[in-house]
Amino acid sequence: MDFDLTDEQRMLSESVNRLLTHAYGDFEHRKGYRAAPRGFADANWQALAEMGLLGLPFDEADGGFGGGPVETMIVMEAFGRGLVLEPFLATVVLAGGLLRRAGSEAQREAILPSVVEGSMVLAFAHQERQARHDLHDVATAARRDGADWVLDGAKGVVLAGDSADRIIVSARTSGARRDREGISLFLLDPATPGVTRRGYATQDGLRAAELVLEGARVPADALLGHEGQALPLIELVVDEANAALCAEALGAMDVLRDLTVDYLKQRQQFGQAIGNFQALQHRAADMLVATEQARSMAMYAAMMVQSGDAAARRTALSAAKALVAKLADQLGKDAIQLHGGIAMTEEYKAGHYFKRLTMIGTLFGDVDHHLRVVVAAGGLPEAV
Amino acid sequence: MDLRYTPDEIAFRDDLRTFFKTQIPAEIRRKVSEGRKLSREDIVTTQRVLHAHGMATPNWPLEWGGKDWSPVQRYIFSEEIQACAVPQPLSFNVNMVGPVIATFGSQAQKERFLPSTATLDIWWAQGFSEPGAGSDLASLKTTAKLEGDEYVVNGQKTWTTLGQYADWIFCLVRTDPAAKKQQGISFLLIDMKTPGITIRPIITIDGGHEVNEVFFDDVRVPAENLVGQVNKGWDYAKFLLSNERIGIARIGLTKERLARVKRLAQETPAGEGMVWDDPDFRRRLAWSEIELKALEITQMRVVAAQRTKASDKPDPSSSILKIKGSEIQQQATQLLVDVAGPYAMPRPDREEEGLNLPSVGPEWADAAAPLFFNYRKVSIYGGSNEIQRNIIAKAFLGL
Ligand SMILES: Cc1cc2nc3c(=O)[nH]c(=O)nc-3n(C[C@H](O)[C@H](O)[C@H](O)COP(=O)(O)OP(=O)(O)OC[C@H]3O[C@@H](n4cnc5c(N)ncnc54)[C@H](O)[C@@H]3O)c2cc1C
Repeated sequence: MDFDLTDEQRMLSESVNRLLTHAYGDFEHRKGYRAAPRGFADANWQALAEMGLLGLPFDEADGGFGGGPVETMIVMEAFGRGLVLEPFLATVVLAGGLLRRAGSEAQREAILPSVVEGSMVLAFAHQERQARHDLHDVATAARRDGADWVLDGAKGVVLAGDSADRIIVSARTSGARRDREGISLFLLDPATPGVTRRGYATQDGLRAAELVLEGARVPADALLGHEGQALPLIELVVDEANAALCAEALGAMDVLRDLTVDYLKQRQQFGQAIGNFQALQHRAADMLVATEQARSMAMYAAMMVQSGDAAARRTALSAAKALVAKLADQLGKDAIQLHGGIAMTEEYKAGHYFKRLTMIGTLFGDVDHHLRVVVAAGGLPEAV
Repeated sequence: MDLRYTPDEIAFRDDLRTFFKTQIPAEIRRKVSEGRKLSREDIVTTQRVLHAHGMATPNWPLEWGGKDWSPVQRYIFSEEIQACAVPQPLSFNVNMVGPVIATFGSQAQKERFLPSTATLDIWWAQGFSEPGAGSDLASLKTTAKLEGDEYVVNGQKTWTTLGQYADWIFCLVRTDPAAKKQQGISFLLIDMKTPGITIRPIITIDGGHEVNEVFFDDVRVPAENLVGQVNKGWDYAKFLLSNERIGIARIGLTKERLARVKRLAQETPAGEGMVWDDPDFRRRLAWSEIELKALEITQMRVVAAQRTKASDKPDPSSSILKIKGSEIQQQATQLLVDVAGPYAMPRPDREEEGLNLPSVGPEWADAAAPLFFNYRKVSIYGGSNEIQRNIIAKAFLGL
């Protein structure tokens, strides 16, 4: 048993946190980044590239850093602390996770180096309106036409979908809407005729897009991985995204707890610091309990996402996400309540953390969904 | 014991229901139902329709436009107006300053203010809270110093709800700086157009503008605008806050919201079926309905007790209604976020994109999360839920 980070991991953590203190230390900066054309700061994206983070999980042969889930956890936890806007999750974890595994050498070479150097943003368009949280529910269709593929359908809430230079789209090449077989992945240039996207801000200040495909024609070499066999890979990458989100939530929860505790010490009512009131002390203590439980689950997620047993992996990741999201929800609400009116203002930091935590709770499956997965599996897997 | 209404009470309710559904514009009721922001005009229009039918100020004294309704009828009115998603008459006017003026004001103040307060020709704001005086309201610092026949007011109020629309503001001000806390406070009516008043918006986490900061810099207020006796303002404030009791739990509104959650869950697809087919979701919704039913009966018990006897004993009921009422209101908003699922995320900037664009997801969905965020306020204001528990523990349980 060893919960310690290696020296290299510690250095990674220190340098990411240093960078974020610089870029996000002043909360006002975040407002400015949001107003930029892509909804995040080009300079920050470049700085992440220079640190090698945009190639974090990629093989060294692909110009990457060769990092694993623990490295991703370290980075995402720091991003949670800073409430970072840059589309690391969409580009590196989601689309990057698909591409580095399913991409042919030519496909990887065409894209990954640009990602690593910070000149390309990627997105993964999978969600469909009717599917809600069911990853196998895909109605978007791809049919062969000569040497090409022609895509028709609609994808929703595509993270970073409006600024992405390439979008990986899932589409059905065979079977019925809810079949596990028959889902394929395609690399799409959003400038392709027949592709329209509507970008918008999300409730937590990030960006996403709706994507409509109407006879969008892509060449044969746009197919990513084996035809009709994409679902297991999609499930793996979504599990990785959920592990990353657990870590991000943890970072945000740590900050929100500290912010609340500091405020309890400062705010005077009835001639004393409100932190003197035991009713509030207990709530603050529960916030600490919650963050430590979340920390344990973020570690569990990072460990289990590497499991070779896909069924065990899926159950474990659902368990982690269910608990972290539940704890984050309660902690977020308590943080607002214990602050009183001040935390209801847009100007104050707490509300932004609360909003991000709320959205993490709905991203890639809400608490109900993940609990259902664990229940259906008959409980947690035995391994550890 | 019979929890049902009498035939007369049912007839009374049905008449109200018909009136609300036929006389109040459907578009306004839809906004309330969806938890969307009402415009100033929506609120004024509604209150004027109610007033034209003698229903804007049922709780006022008869001679100032009140109704001689029984406590049960008052309760039915309050529930039914909410259940029909009709904006309630502006609370600052109708439940707060109106009754204070009617009870403690001079004849001249009554004649000057009450008619236009009822019609909303004067829009009132509540100037109680200050940056340093929230739960501990009595620590307020805004001063009013008598100079000749004017008070000179200096200080700052905050969280002033809809202050941007206000013509007048009723304030608690310190008139005796030497007196201890509650004792030196007076209740002063201030015209928002008076020189020296500055108002600044506070944007809340849902992106809305419903609260403000109000600054007073040597604001000269005629002494005749002081209500009742000088330094007795705290008593009037307590009277005012106790008037909020009925309706504070907003049971009617929550009922309507839960019914809407149910309807939308039945038509929102989720994989194989609808959100409604998810037993976990239904279980949570059922719990909210069950708790709401208990609270409804608790509220009816309070109403019935009012009818039979007026008691001076400490009474935990308003705190119970506030605590549970706010919690269930918050649950209802979260259930709607759950129904929206991934489509709770988009927050299209209608100004940036042009107002005519359709919503990103289902039409109702992009208002779900902002309402959930906004409703964190209901357990903070009106005496926070922690303060309510202190009241129960200290005043009622004797701890
Ligand atoms: C959206 C909104 C609208 C409002 N509208 C108005 C308005 O129109 N007019 C107006 O005058 N005011 C208004 N208010 C102000 C509201 O009444 C105050 O926010 C409320 O009184 C709480 O004060 P505070 O925000 O300063 O929090 P604080 O009093 O600083 O409380 C912070 C935390 O400490 C807790 N706490 C405080 N004292 C104790 C104690 N003794 N024991 C245990 N816990 C304690 C509180 O419960 C809270 O959790 C509004 C507030 C909001 C958020």
